[in-house]
Amino acid sequence: MLHYCLKRLATAFLVALFVSILSFFLIRMSGDVAIALAGEGARLEDIEAVRTSHGLDRPLIVQYLDWLGRAATGDFGNSLYFKSPVMELIADKIGNTVILSLAALLFALALGIPLGVLSAVYQGGLIDRLALGIAVVGQALPNFFFALILVMFFAVSLRWVPVSGSETWLHFVLPSIVLGYYITPPFMRIVRAGMVDALEMDFVRTARAKGLSKAKVVLKHALANALVPVVALSGVQLGHLLGGSIVIETIFALDGLGYLAYQSITHKDFPVTQVILLLLAITYVLLTLIADLINAWIDPRIRVS
Amino acid sequence: MPFRKVLVQTCAFALLASSMVAIAPANAGQKDDTIRFAYEQVPESVDPFFNNVRVGVIMGQLVWDTLIYRDPNTNEYKGQLAKEWKWADDTTLDLTLREGIKFHNGEEFDADDVVYTLNFVAKPDNKVVTQTNVHWIAGAEKLGKYQVRVKLKQPFPAAIEYLAGPVVIHPNEYYAKVGPQGMNQKPVGTGPYRVVEQVQGKSIKLVANPDYPKELHKSVPKIKNLEIRFLPDRQTQNAEIMAENLDFIMGVQADQALALKSVPHLQSVEGETMRIVFLNLNTREDSPFPAMRDIRVRKAIAHAMPKVQMVRQLLGEKARLINVVCFPSQFGCDDTGAPIYAYDPNKARDLLKEAGFGPNNKLEFDIVSYRERDQTEAMIGALRAVGITASLKFMQYAAIREQIRANKVAVSHQTWGSFSVNDASASTPNFFKFGADDMARDPEIRDILEKADTSVDPAARKEAYRKALTLIQERVLAVPLYSLTTQYVANKALRFNTYPDEIPRFWEMSWK
Repeated sequence: MLHYCLKRLATAFLVALFVSILSFFLIRMSGDVAIALAGEGARLEDIEAVRTSHGLDRPLIVQYLDWLGRAATGDFGNSLYFKSPVMELIADKIGNTVILSLAALLFALALGIPLGVLSAVYQGGLIDRLALGIAVVGQALPNFFFALILVMFFAVSLRWVPVSGSETWLHFVLPSIVLGYYITPPFMRIVRAGMVDALEMDFVRTARAKGLSKAKVVLKHALANALVPVVALSGVQLGHLLGGSIVIETIFALDGLGYLAYQSITHKDFPVTQVILLLLAITYVLLTLIADLINAWIDPRIRVS
Repeated sequence: MPFRKVLVQTCAFALLASSMVAIAPANAGQKDDTIRFAYEQVPESVDPFFNNVRVGVIMGQLVWDTLIYRDPNTNEYKGQLAKEWKWADDTTLDLTLREGIKFHNGEEFDADDVVYTLNFVAKPDNKVVTQTNVHWIAGAEKLGKYQVRVKLKQPFPAAIEYLAGPVVIHPNEYYAKVGPQGMNQKPVGTGPYRVVEQVQGKSIKLVANPDYPKELHKSVPKIKNLEIRFLPDRQTQNAEIMAENLDFIMGVQADQALALKSVPHLQSVEGETMRIVFLNLNTREDSPFPAMRDIRVRKAIAHAMPKVQMVRQLLGEKARLINVVCFPSQFGCDDTGAPIYAYDPNKARDLLKEAGFGPNNKLEFDIVSYRERDQTEAMIGALRAVGITASLKFMQYAAIREQIRANKVAVSHQTWGSFSVNDASASTPNFFKFGADDMARDPEIRDILEKADTSVDPAARKEAYRKALTLIQERVLAVPLYSLTTQYVANKALRFNTYPDEIPRFWEMSWK
């Protein structure tokens, strides 16, 4: 197990390194950072002054190695736009993104698992078709559009929740629903498939034969088996949520990591973009690792293999 | 049982949520005497010298004052922090300051503040972001407690306009102590509003400065509180103003402004802007687009543009047609004598034919653009109608500038707001004085513009700008089109005026 964990941590390190190289060079390829920083209408000499003062006149590889060297000692530098230390900015915002991601995951689980169970129990029936419809809409509807529909209805017409911001828990309601709804279908499908398989297994037939109630057979015996892959999927989806909240945080002006990523990309603030991408890549790898370990703990068959 | 539990919990949430309607605070700004304003871009710093976004210019006017004031209605220069001023020679400006003015922190305003601020921003090591606004300043010296001498690097008559616009005055003792970082965190000026709370990247709260001196040309705000929120998404801004959480937004798209106008508590007002739109053509000697070196092709492009129809269909009533590359109200922006290329598609086709282009030898090029995509698409459609195949390359502003510098752009759809500076030196020279955006590199025009920028005689300046603008049009180095408009959407209870410099005068606003 230790060997396995070390191997996965080494993978995480390599992924982080690769992501840092990729993001560094992609940002540079998307346009001249000095021009972006100097702003609209800056004179040639101003652009050159910005280039020199930020060390952007050095060869790219030298700039990257310089950044990497400092990053290895924990110095991620200052934001080129906000001028504050990158880690301070990130520490300030990460809390909101974690809350949003967890709330969205909870929403997805709360919707996806019951729907998956119901559609497996009533296979081919109205509930199954309804659940399929919800899944199709969830996958097909662009989340920014869904967000606006919810905003218009719940925030503008009914005024039950605020339109945007991140000051109170109410500010997280709509973004969590939008983000969570988008990842509900995979949970629903995986639970449904697991339940359909489990309901046809011998131990379920035995449970039924013993005269247990339908609810007990479904929820205690079948669902327990069907939930094993949900753990792994939750890990993957949480990583996806942490990195995929850029649009939602921007729409809802939710002051999190996604919003910061949007701002830093817009202003070509590469020290910030770089660290956010790194952080997300490492989190993603670690969450998958944790999900695998929990899976192994729950299911002895995985542990043995 | 679990289902029943879920049902109960759902009902409880619904009940709780419904109760929010009852306990929700009254949002209309009039009730708590607060204007709630949202803007899409977050300034990197609130210090006007360290950001280059419009909301930074707006903040500069709210929190600080300038030495000179330009009346936005008459464009007349009046004394502000300086009572009077006089050119001692071509590069020396002497100012007499007003007495009895105090900064928000109680610091008294005098010559030390002016000298410190101007010397600080003029020093390259201090890395002022808005270099365009301060590059002309050599330094300042104190002649007396209320007497200051400003030295210029070279003759620059537009200095007055800059001293009336982006060059604000900081309190010297406070600024020396806290620097630009501290000024960003806790801004201190002499302006009609003072900052009471700031959450970086999210919001700024301001309150009226009740001691704002009567002799200055702004006024004590009629509305006590002002809140600025940074909301990057336009749709979110629209939703917030519909939900009565905002009272004022600007830069709303025309179609959306029309839709918002139908909301009972909202009003939509079209405002003129100083932002001009034109096509910049790559006519450099080393242009990799030989067709652009042919004046017949350039004239064909100019004749192909249905300016009037574009203004009617894509812009509002307040858009102006322009015939030269500058905004009409700017000093020196004179189109007298400049040839006008009216919309004439037949003439455009004839000119192309004359230049050797036709159905078997189509003229093709890319147009780069970074904003108002619908307008670029309309231009492309108009060019297609005369037989030119133009393709859209929509990219970020920085990427476009990089490509222009690398001489890789044939035609650029440019928009330019002149930083709200009402002098042609802030517009035309930017594109024709061998700067980063110059796609013509015409030495004769550069020299004339240099003369215009540095002559101290107003008549000579005007004549030089007129001559340069005429030459640009005679040589068809650019195709001037129109000025943009902007839409303001506000709470119907709010009374306000709009100005072409796109600076909302919150201190003038009042409730109806």
